[in-house]
Amino acid sequence: MLAAWWLLSTYQIISPARFPAPREVWEALGQIAVGGYADARLHAHILHSCKLVLMGFAVAVATGVPLGLAMGWSRRVEAFANPAFLLVRPIPPLAWIPLAIVWLGLGDAAKVLVIWFAAFVPSVINSYAGVRSIEPHMLEAARMLGIPRWMFVREVLVPGAAPLIFTGLRLSLQACWTTLVAGELIGAAAGLGHVLQQSALDIFPAMILVGMAGVALAGGVMTWALGRVERRAIAWRG
Amino acid sequence: MARLRLLSALGLVAFFGVWTLVALSGLVQPQFLPTPLAVAREAWRLVHTPFAGYTLQDHLLSSLGRFAMGFALAAAIGVPLGLAMGWFRALDAIVSPLFDALRFVAPIAWVPFAALWFGTGIGGPVLIIFSGAFPPCVINAYRGAKFVEPRFIEAARTLGAGPFRIILEILLPASVPSIVAGLRISAGLGWQSLIGAELIVASSGIGYLMVKGQSNISTDIVMSGMIAIGIVGVAIDVLLRALQARVERHRPA
Repeated sequence: MLAAWWLLSTYQIISPARFPAPREVWEALGQIAVGGYADARLHAHILHSCKLVLMGFAVAVATGVPLGLAMGWSRRVEAFANPAFLLVRPIPPLAWIPLAIVWLGLGDAAKVLVIWFAAFVPSVINSYAGVRSIEPHMLEAARMLGIPRWMFVREVLVPGAAPLIFTGLRLSLQACWTTLVAGELIGAAAGLGHVLQQSALDIFPAMILVGMAGVALAGGVMTWALGRVERRAIAWRG
Repeated sequence: MARLRLLSALGLVAFFGVWTLVALSGLVQPQFLPTPLAVAREAWRLVHTPFAGYTLQDHLLSSLGRFAMGFALAAAIGVPLGLAMGWFRALDAIVSPLFDALRFVAPIAWVPFAALWFGTGIGGPVLIIFSGAFPPCVINAYRGAKFVEPRFIEAARTLGAGPFRIILEILLPASVPSIVAGLRISAGLGWQSLIGAELIVASSGIGYLMVKGQSNISTDIVMSGMIAIGIVGVAIDVLLRALQARVERHRPA
């Protein structure tokens, strides 16, 4: 593949204005890493994007997982919360971006709001499904033993639902990245999406490719890190 | 049961009630948070009076047209590619690494290239929908083809069928359930990507309507757009779910 790329661009079969040659990409990478592009250097853009994703993701997990667990555990909570949740759920996260911009402007707060929403829905759904996947006789046994409520949550509910919770977290994380990039493309002062936007305006294909690689890399590393956490958490469960 | 229904109704009432109360309380300007009723009225008005060049349903139609093109393209290329990857080991070895690397790129990150290569009319958004809808098509067709009973393939081979006949007459029918499940996922992702694409590069469509509403600070228009997107998204999913149920029913035991 790499050889084909190099050949095609060296012999100008693909116009360099449309798709960059490997050397140009290397130079663009050097430019943004050392000198900076779109107001900051590469590591600053990546850190900025990662920070926003982590903030939105953390808030979503902190709100979504408990709600999902509660909905899975108690029929009454489910009956109360589910209809409103079903109304909001079909709206894709990206469709919240204009609303977030109207409410909070182009700053970081709007992005965190949208990322929160993107990660919230999968967190809730999978935590809910996770509780429902626990064997009923486990729940009954716990009830018969009369263990206190907090212990029930800690020893039965969370561990039992853990595999599906993590599935939800992985989906959430992917949704977070997509949403963040879209949010930053629409308007931002820093971040990988801002690099993409600026290089699109400058018609700088090599930098576009660098930005896309940055998005892929950062997303890949975060997914990998979550996988490590998952393996530890599930291993502890035995 | 009746008490649970009551609770469900209460939940809905609470949802709309809190929304209405906050909107009416004066804490937030109505421009930023209109009441549910005002949003419904605005949505109805958009059906009659054009905004950003078209009426609501015309925007939806142009979005749906792009969606259909991108989705059809993704299915037409992705499903055969997935099947072929499931059959030819060499192709699998060549394409898989590249495919895995590209999968980490969020569909929306293709926006700059889409605009550069195909412009903002139809081509650009279609490429983005394609990049959202393509991976599930490939993955599910691939999985479907990989998990076909080896006995069937052996039998066909003994009877003297060539690779293309095996793909067409054994792999394809056997992987239809998996493919249809993949189509459902890819339709959902494609529809999402379309909205993202239209927010950034488009001059019509439901996403464009929302961007225009946003720059006018017309929250009611933005919310109307969100509702329309949600309804169409659900409709697409219901259609594909019906198709899926049908396929499952005809599945040979």
